[in-house]
Amino acid sequence: MNNEYLYELIEKAKRNDKGSIGKLLTILESSPPEAFKLLDIVLRETKSKAHVIGFTGIPGSGKSTLISKLLSFYKKENCKIAVIAIDPTSPLSRGAFLGDRIRMQEHSLAPNVFIRSVSTRGLKGGLSFAGVAMIEVFDYLGYDKVFIETVGIGQAETDIMNSAHTIIVVTMPGIGDEIQALKAGVMEIGDIYVLNKSDKEESQKTFEYLNFVIESNELVGRLGWRPKLLKTSALMNYGIEDVMNAIEEHLQYIIEHRYFDSKAYLRRKLLVKLFIEKLLIDKLELEFERLNIEETPGLRNQLNVLREKIASSLKELELYI
Amino acid sequence: MFNEEALEELEDKIRKWEKSTVVKSLERFRERMEKFTTLSGITIKNVYTPLDVRDIDYFDKLGLPGEYPFTRGIHATMYRGRLWTMRMFSGYGSPEDTNKRLKYLIAHGETGLSLAFDYPTLIGLDADDPQACGEVGVCGVSVSSLKDMEIIYNGIDMSSITTNMTINPPAPVLLSMYVATAEKQGVTYERIGGTTQNDPLKEFIAQKSYVFPPEPAVKISMDVIEWSIKNLPLWNPISISGYHIREAGATAVQELAFTIADGIEYVRQLILRGLNVDEFAHRLSFFFDAHINFFEEIAKFRAARRMWAKIMKEWFNAEKERSLWLRFHTQTAGVSLTAQQPFNNIVRTTIEALAAVLGGTQSLHTNSLDEPFRVPSEFGAKIALRTQQIIAYETGVADVVDPLAGSYYIEWLTDEIEEQAWKYIDRIEKMGGMLEAVKKGYPQREVTEASYRFQKEVEERKKFIVGVNIYVEGGEEEIRNVPLLDINQEEIERRQVERLRKLRMERNNEAVQSALNKLSKAASRNENIMPYVLDAVKSYATLGEIMNVLKEVYGIWVEPPIY
Amino acid sequence: MEVIYTGVRQTPEQVVETAIQEDVDVIGVSILSGAHITLMKRLMENLRAKGVHDIPVFLGGTIPLPDISEIEGMGIDRVFLPGTSLQEIVKYVYDAALNKRKKKHE
Repeated sequence: MNNEYLYELIEKAKRNDKGSIGKLLTILESSPPEAFKLLDIVLRETKSKAHVIGFTGIPGSGKSTLISKLLSFYKKENCKIAVIAIDPTSPLSRGAFLGDRIRMQEHSLAPNVFIRSVSTRGLKGGLSFAGVAMIEVFDYLGYDKVFIETVGIGQAETDIMNSAHTIIVVTMPGIGDEIQALKAGVMEIGDIYVLNKSDKEESQKTFEYLNFVIESNELVGRLGWRPKLLKTSALMNYGIEDVMNAIEEHLQYIIEHRYFDSKAYLRRKLLVKLFIEKLLIDKLELEFERLNIEETPGLRNQLNVLREKIASSLKELELYI
Repeated sequence: MFNEEALEELEDKIRKWEKSTVVKSLERFRERMEKFTTLSGITIKNVYTPLDVRDIDYFDKLGLPGEYPFTRGIHATMYRGRLWTMRMFSGYGSPEDTNKRLKYLIAHGETGLSLAFDYPTLIGLDADDPQACGEVGVCGVSVSSLKDMEIIYNGIDMSSITTNMTINPPAPVLLSMYVATAEKQGVTYERIGGTTQNDPLKEFIAQKSYVFPPEPAVKISMDVIEWSIKNLPLWNPISISGYHIREAGATAVQELAFTIADGIEYVRQLILRGLNVDEFAHRLSFFFDAHINFFEEIAKFRAARRMWAKIMKEWFNAEKERSLWLRFHTQTAGVSLTAQQPFNNIVRTTIEALAAVLGGTQSLHTNSLDEPFRVPSEFGAKIALRTQQIIAYETGVADVVDPLAGSYYIEWLTDEIEEQAWKYIDRIEKMGGMLEAVKKGYPQREVTEASYRFQKEVEERKKFIVGVNIYVEGGEEEIRNVPLLDINQEEIERRQVERLRKLRMERNNEAVQSALNKLSKAASRNENIMPYVLDAVKSYATLGEIMNVLKEVYGIWVEPPIY
Repeated sequence: MEVIYTGVRQTPEQVVETAIQEDVDVIGVSILSGAHITLMKRLMENLRAKGVHDIPVFLGGTIPLPDISEIEGMGIDRVFLPGTSLQEIVKYVYDAALNKRKKKHE
């Protein structure tokens, strides 16, 4: 890919040409040299403006439906929103089947909404990098909000969640184990807890329990923010506006406490690490696959082979600079 | 029914036979396959004898026709009294086109009507909805308001013929249109007969023409049933359908089990509403597929009757005999038809129709040879109807009740299918019933897997389809020789949209708005919506307008991916 | 391979927009209702209007033979009739995607 083509894509993307945006995101997923060039341009824009909101919760808790309903509200506010749907579903032996988008298709034609599915399997080690880099690209392209949907399992998804200003944990009635996991700190701590599907009979019990956990300070929010607990039924369009108000309240809070910019700073710093990490890991995996331990007997020799290869890949980094 | 001594002798004889006669025979001819299975994967032996049915108690499992457990048929004389209703699923294009087709079929001896609606109507959209573009009048008739229904029945006496309407989420609306049209013809409620499919659970399992989420969908369906029970004594307000489940790739056992489990759920829901089981059970009707594996289908129908009777009697304590009857409509398997060598489809349909008759169906639709391509042409529909008439009047199979009873194979297979179906029902019961199972995606996944399994078997040539993976011909000539129904879709759509535009101008829009407001309030209060839908329909509110009010209140369903 | 599933009842415009945002290699559409001519025409027009010329589109469903030449005339790459094996379809998608990527790099 030549530079002119990349610059042309970037120019068109800035004018909200969806096809060009789509292609830029593909670059981040699959082509490190171009991704490097793209991010080099993107990150020169110093001021970060996009409000990044992470949605996490177990499959089936209704994250996609909730996001879809929020999109309806935000669209009215004339807000430009990007959705990155990180889809854990990959039951096929050598592929992935991505279905999160189904619940958001009513917004697929909205000019101010961009939805992209990301498969966890397809990217392996590159997921953190692609996810965080996508946030930066949407920020650069002038998107006001970036919604990230993930089940929040694994290091990569934790990295991505940590890059969000506001974290929403979506849960549903009768998920006792999940709450235990929350308390034990296994799961990401949320700024806003949404008890979805609250039209279900058993929801009041779960609500009271969650409320107790928050009231009794067993769940401490990030940055001194007191977590909020809200009831919704995304299916029945109930409580959605409350979630939007809570998101905006949290945004005001972090702006006032000067956390907004520091979050962006940390995110961009993380991106530097993730980029190098991705290059090294890709290289390591490639060389590891090629390594024949019978031809190279002995751990010492084997390590040495890998060391040399990795060293040469560090050298390749110069190509980028 | 057999004496022990004779059975022992037989056992002995079979052992010898296997060692000598069978072995000799196998030396000369190897069997065609290593393992023989039915279409649904039930393993079958080379021959069945009294030994395979020794545990089947005749009185307990079979009984006499017209008596519990109704395995042999719900009526004592079955087709010797009245033949099954020949009910051809039909409808295409504009209401005028369908009116003409219905009259054509009646003239050729059809004895009941069955309306096919186009896709927008099936999911509750008006013909002028942007999403309806290109679909109006294609796979059925377009109905957007009472006006359209009036045209369909113009010149057809609604007091003397019954109609089946294949309609689900918009069932309250279409039933109201039917009732309002009949009223205009001067037909009283007591004489309005027919069926609304109105079976929401199978929409989630297989057919996918859902609109509302599972819970409100079931609620609305129960509204239709409750209202019909109280107002239309001859109406079958629900047709609990295995057909679509089977067509989506389920096995015969799954079709049977899921349909019965759906039925159980509906019975419970109606009892929860305070209805007495004997008040409504006789108005529940069923709808099954007749697939190509001949004996398996016959066994399935017989097992279905036996299971339902037992459930109604033992689980729900129904007392009236009619409450125990499983009355069903059958359609031959659309999915068994092939686009390749399409004239072979006539043969397939004939065999399937025969299975339905031998299985004791109450009414039957036979598919047309051209259905892998389009809705039937007049030519195709006529052959399909004639197929039924030949079975009824020439073959003599309708002259004896349940003629295959006592066949060792049929009785064993009936038992086997029943047993396997109970296992599914058990699992579903443990999940809390079918509504819960559907919400968990359980039957959806089972059907998807079965369908994939079958496709693989065809591709690996473990199962055969003539013209598709055996005796394949390359030529397209035969396909081109099938006359296809020619419809001018764009013109139909233009006319339907124009009629709606005129209707919206000419009707009393204040009355429409007021009726819709009342409906919205009633739906929010969780009342039975039927009376309000009927009023709205009579004010000429359109299908789409009424459905939008209900979508506002009940929400819409987006299916999670099943894989 | 990754499959982005949009669910049922998508308009041609939604299909095109999704394909663009997801930057897909191939678009597959299944239609059983008989509305294939109208809908596919709209889909292809929409795709071209958005300046997309390199994504192959294939169609499966109940398509009468006489309609196939008209459909292919719209620029649709392949039509699969009932009875087609899964293997054949998967192989087609694989080749079509590979082909598209090759062209991109030329």
